[in-house]
Amino acid sequence: MTSPNTFRGGPDEQGHFGIFGGRYVAETLMPLILEVEKAYEAAKKDPAFAADIAYYAEHYVGRPSPLYYADRMTKHFGGAKIYFKREELNHTGSHKINNSMGQILLARRMGKGRIIAETGAGQHGVAVATVCALFDLPCTVYMGAADIERQKPNVFRMRLLGAEVKPVHSGTATLKDAMNEALRDWVANVEDTFYIIGTAAGPHPYPAMVRDFQSVIGNDVRWQMEKAEGRLPDTLCACIGGGSNAIGLFHPFLDDSSVKMIGVEAAGKGIDSGLHAASLTGGEPGVLHGNRTYLLQTEDGQIKDAHSISAGLDYPGIGPEHSWLHDTGRVDYVAITDAEALEAFQLCSKLEGIIPALEPSHALAHVAKIAPDLPKDHLLVVNLCGRGDKDIFAVAEHLGVTL
Amino acid sequence: MSRIETRFAALKSEDRAGLVVYFTCGDPDGATFEKLLAALPAAGADFIEIGMPFSDPMADGPAIQAAGLRALKAGMTLAKTLAIVRRFRETNDATPVVLMGYYNPIYRYGVPRFLEEAKRSGVDGLIIVDLPPEEDGELCLPSLAAGVDFIRLTTPTSDDRRLPTVVARASGFVYYVSIAGITGTKSAAGTAIASAVERIRHHTSLPIAVGFGIRTPEQAAEVARIADAAVVGSALVQKLASELDDKDRAKPGLFDSVLGDVRALAAGVRTARKVSA
Repeated sequence: MTSPNTFRGGPDEQGHFGIFGGRYVAETLMPLILEVEKAYEAAKKDPAFAADIAYYAEHYVGRPSPLYYADRMTKHFGGAKIYFKREELNHTGSHKINNSMGQILLARRMGKGRIIAETGAGQHGVAVATVCALFDLPCTVYMGAADIERQKPNVFRMRLLGAEVKPVHSGTATLKDAMNEALRDWVANVEDTFYIIGTAAGPHPYPAMVRDFQSVIGNDVRWQMEKAEGRLPDTLCACIGGGSNAIGLFHPFLDDSSVKMIGVEAAGKGIDSGLHAASLTGGEPGVLHGNRTYLLQTEDGQIKDAHSISAGLDYPGIGPEHSWLHDTGRVDYVAITDAEALEAFQLCSKLEGIIPALEPSHALAHVAKIAPDLPKDHLLVVNLCGRGDKDIFAVAEHLGVTL
Repeated sequence: MSRIETRFAALKSEDRAGLVVYFTCGDPDGATFEKLLAALPAAGADFIEIGMPFSDPMADGPAIQAAGLRALKAGMTLAKTLAIVRRFRETNDATPVVLMGYYNPIYRYGVPRFLEEAKRSGVDGLIIVDLPPEEDGELCLPSLAAGVDFIRLTTPTSDDRRLPTVVARASGFVYYVSIAGITGTKSAAGTAIASAVERIRHHTSLPIAVGFGIRTPEQAAEVARIADAAVVGSALVQKLASELDDKDRAKPGLFDSVLGDVRALAAGVRTARKVSA
């Protein structure tokens, strides 16, 4: 495939990144999808909207999150200079709030009186429940019954924040089914409801909109690295479920050809086992949840279950822009197993005093593979997109510890 | 004339609306479904909508979701669905068959191969829930080129600004989804349906079928007084489900019970304009 002039120009007017993206939704939703697009385009041009986002980012979310030089981890691997983008220090403990805040401010501009969301690990659900409490909007979060079981602390958090958490029993009772159920709710309540999608996927304009709200991550890293080292980073590394933290880190650097980028998918019990969540490494293009993208699917086009120790990566698809960046070769995509992520989870906790979420533990595990062989002046940034408090029960279980 | 046009012309000459029945292909298993399918025209189905099962049916309620899972579990595939239509056509060349479902299985199968086989198998039309006019290049235009009708869904959210876009490339008939919501959940009031149908008629001369939320012969009759066809899906699928044992196998009474409901719905539709106007 020939390289485009810019990797930052997408999507086109129909919401396509190459062959990916688009608007594959029921007709009932189309007028609203077009309305969201129009409202978002207007908001983007409105300085008052940008000022609102900046205000809440600073005073409520606690931005900018630090770019932290991980000295002990750097010395441990003896190669590249490792920096953590500390998105886990945001209010609610992950990057998810960047997007939820942006979308709820848009929902308010559109006069929508009710918010729905889907969640896997619960990080997005907590972020949405949080901003709904802040702006006093009723909130319904759909969550797979299987995920509710393995993410009890986040379920309780959402309920404390005033959200209604609806268990989803259909299909495999995980994130994809929660998204199906949220879409069903939206179709039935299209007049007054705004759907805050948690990742850079779904029908246009969601992939672009979520990316834009998350691009604060990469924009921060650019000036923070300039301040720390006086130049651009050499490599960016981030985990990928749907891919919102990764696209937020990568997008501002896509046209800086010296910056290498690596997206890390969840290989679960191994790609060959079939029990994984690596849509790019082990999937094929298809259409689901409003967009064309790489999907885990059967020969007959039925969607397969994803498997990962991390509920936040447990999704059989990926944002369409990643599919395009994969096919154009601009970003490298690799996969890390449950076991490798667990090891990185423990290493980071002991070396840096930071308990990472299982999701970025996948990115850290890839850093462990590449850092030793990189030169000492190589600047490697890993997006620490969430904190690991929510995961301690799952990790304890895997390590055979009873809490 | 296509089978769909021929059937609507015949209905017009009888001054009645048609009954469209929906079942999911391969529910509860291929053999039971095929036997049921063959019996539907004689029971009064004027059109047959066959659902192509999909793992993630975003526009469907619990009844049709469960039907799709039963069918997939019993091994139904898109290729088998087309084969079933082909065998149905060996004994019935008159009843229009419309395939309804989601795009991914077709995309994965390959659009040209799917359309070629669908046409050859005797499929008359397609209703693909997640392909709005914005994505017409995917399947709508190739379908029309292949001589397979691409049936549009209009909804309560399709206002006068949106309707021209929706019906621009419509063929066969227009399917009015009478509620904002998923299949098998709520029902619209007759008066709301009447005004919507009247509005759609300003934008198209195609026949209009109304579906979602029609469960009883009375409701079917009410719609039959307003529209050109009434679609019943979830209620029949639920009846079928009620005639399965705990291993999802057909009980002996399944055919009588389901076909009895189809007959009652057909009677409702056929007498609607005679009983009261």
